[in-house]
Amino acid sequence: MAPPRTLFDKLWDAHVVLTREDGQSLLWIDRHFFHEGSHHAFAQLRARGAKVAEPSLTIGVADHYVPTQSPGRAIADAGIAGMVAGLEENAAAHGTRLFGLQDPRQGIVHVVGPEQGLTLPGLTVVCGDSHTSTHGAFGALAFGIGASEVAHVLMTQTLWQRRPKRMRVVVDGALSPGTGAKDLALAIIARLGADGAQGHAVEYAGSAVTSLSMEGRLTLCNLAIESGARCGMVSPDATTFDYLRGRPFAPVAFDAAVEAWAALPSDTDAEFDVEHRLQAAAIAPVVTWGVAPEDALPVTGQLPDPAVAASPARAAQIRDALDYMGLRPGQKLQEIGIDRVFIGSCTNARIEDLRAAAAVLAGRRAVVPGLVSPGSSLVKQQAEQEGLDRVFRDAGLVWADSGCSMCVGMNGDLVPAGERCASTTNRNFKGRQGKGARTHLMSPAMAAAAAVVGRIADVRDFLQGRG
Amino acid sequence: MRPFRQVRAPVCALPLANVDTDQLIPARFMKRPRSEGYGGFLLYDTRFDEAGAARANVVDAALGRGAQVLVARRNFGSGSSREAAVYALVDAGFRCVIAPSFGDIFAGNAVNNGLLPAVVDEACVEVLLAADVVSVDLEACQVVAGDAVFAFRIDPVWRVKLLNGWSDIDLTLSHADAIRAFAAADRSHRPWARLDSN
Repeated sequence: MAPPRTLFDKLWDAHVVLTREDGQSLLWIDRHFFHEGSHHAFAQLRARGAKVAEPSLTIGVADHYVPTQSPGRAIADAGIAGMVAGLEENAAAHGTRLFGLQDPRQGIVHVVGPEQGLTLPGLTVVCGDSHTSTHGAFGALAFGIGASEVAHVLMTQTLWQRRPKRMRVVVDGALSPGTGAKDLALAIIARLGADGAQGHAVEYAGSAVTSLSMEGRLTLCNLAIESGARCGMVSPDATTFDYLRGRPFAPVAFDAAVEAWAALPSDTDAEFDVEHRLQAAAIAPVVTWGVAPEDALPVTGQLPDPAVAASPARAAQIRDALDYMGLRPGQKLQEIGIDRVFIGSCTNARIEDLRAAAAVLAGRRAVVPGLVSPGSSLVKQQAEQEGLDRVFRDAGLVWADSGCSMCVGMNGDLVPAGERCASTTNRNFKGRQGKGARTHLMSPAMAAAAAVVGRIADVRDFLQGRG
Repeated sequence: MRPFRQVRAPVCALPLANVDTDQLIPARFMKRPRSEGYGGFLLYDTRFDEAGAARANVVDAALGRGAQVLVARRNFGSGSSREAAVYALVDAGFRCVIAPSFGDIFAGNAVNNGLLPAVVDEACVEVLLAADVVSVDLEACQVVAGDAVFAFRIDPVWRVKLLNGWSDIDLTLSHADAIRAFAAADRSHRPWARLDSN
C-alpha cells in the first residue's frame, strides 16, 4: 500500500515534471496571475524576444496601482496611469485574460481568483505577490514569486523548487464571539514568530479551521506568509466545493472535478515534519503594536518592556519598534489613540469582512476618518445590495472602489507621516502604509470598534445584541 | 548573471531584526524600469529625511567605505515578493547579505540576481556586526572576520548557481520536450485544471 501522504505531498507529486539529482524539481504551474507590478518580468521577456508559453493559464488583474476614489476611476498621476496602461499592453501583446481597471469583475487578485472560480483545489497557483498564499485556502499549492521567477513562468509555465518541509498547525475547539480568522492568524504568527514557518508548507487543520467559511480560510492562508511560510493551505471539503459550484470559471464537469478533489485531503496517518497546536477558545481579539506582524498581543494586553527582554537583540528590537510607533513600554493597548481606520486589502475585504465591520458600525459614528475599499468590484456591488455601503457612509467613512489601496499605498491612498491607523491589512512594516505611517493590524470588527471610540478597543464590548 | 566566488570588503552593519522589503525599497519607487538603477532607493527612508535630504546613517557611511557585505539580524528580507529589494541592494554595490534567517522569497530573488544570502548562527552575527572588513568565500562556505572564521549555510543548488552565474531559464528550455510531455499527459489526468474549455 502506498504510504500516507499530506495534502501538500499530493499537490507536489501531481505537478513534478522532473526532479534533478540535486533535489530541485521542475513544477508545472496551473494558474499564473500577474498585475501592474509584474512589469519587470515582462521587460525580461521583451529583452529575450520571448512569448508567454500558456496564455490561457496566465491571468492579468489590475489592483496594485488602481485609483479607488476618483470618478470613472480616472488616474491623475501619469506614472500610475502608465503602470495600469502597461498591464493592459502586456495582456494584449501576449493574448492573456485580463480583469482590467474598467472590468466589472476587477478587484484584488487574491479576491478575484477565488471569486471567479479560477482558483481550485489541486492547482499550483503563483503570482508576483507574496500574499498568493491566500489561494491555498482551496487546497491549492499557492505561493508568491519574484520577478525573475515570474518571467520564468511566463516563458515556460514551470518553476524550479526545492521541496519544502511540512508543518501542520492544528487549532482545536471553537473561536469565541468577537474573534475570527484574523485573530486566529495573528495569534498563530505571534506564537511561531515572523520567521517561524520559513522553509515550510503549512497546513491549517482542526475544528476551528474546518468550521471557518471560505472567506475565513482565505484570511488565514493569506497571512501564512507573515509567519514566513512558503505557503499555507486547508484541505478541501464540502465548504470548498459548495463555494465553487456555479462560479464563472469553475470546471464545466464539476462533479467529476469534485470526485478528484475529494482525494486531496491529508491522509489520516500522514506525517508532518513539525506540528503546532492551539486552543481556539483561548484566543482573544488580537492587535499588533510594533513593526512586524509577530508583534501581536490580545487586546487586553500591554506593551512589552525592553528592560526585561530575553536578550540584548530582542531588547533592541522592542526599543526600535516602540520608537517608530511612538509608544511607551508597559502601555495598555486600549489606551492607544488612533487617527484613522482602513478596512480593505486581500486579507480582509471580502463580503463577510464588510458585514462584520458594518455590524459594529450600524447606528454608530466614527470619530476618526476612515476608508473602506472592498476586495473586488463584485464584492462592492454585493455590499451595496445589502446596504452595507450606507452603514459605512452613515458612520462617516469613505466608501471607495476596489484595489490594494491603503494596504501598500501605491495608488496614493496613504496614511500621513506620524499618523496611527487601525488597519485590517497584513503588514505593519515601517512605511508600509506611507512614509512614517504607524499601523496596527486587527480584524474588520476591531477596526470598526476603534473607529467608533478613536482608540484601540475590545470589540466584544460593542457586540451586545449584534451579529 | 555575475558569478560569486570570493568577496573581501567592508561591512555595512544593520543591527536590526525583520528588515523587511518595504524598508529595503519603499513601494513608491517601483514604477521605474530597472535600467535606471535602483541603488539610490535602497533603505531610502533610513537614508533620507522627509524633504529628501540625506541624513547621517550607517548605510551611506558604509557605502562610502566601499561596503559590499551587509550584516543584519534575523528574518532579513521578509515581506513582499518585490525583487526590487534585491535590485536596490545589488545596484548599491552589495554582493552578499549575512543574517541568521531570510525571507524565503527574498533569498530566491537574491540568488537569481547574483546576491549571496549567507545564513549564520545568531551569535556569529553579533560578532560580524562589529567587524570592519570580512572575507566571504562561497567555495568554502566560510566568512572570515579578523581571527574569527565562521561557516555559513546556503542551499547547495543555490551555491552552484551563484558560483557559476547561472540563470534557470536556459536550463529549463533544454527540458522543453519533458514539459510538453507532462502537459499532454496532465491534460488527460486533470481535465478540470485547464481553462481553455471555459
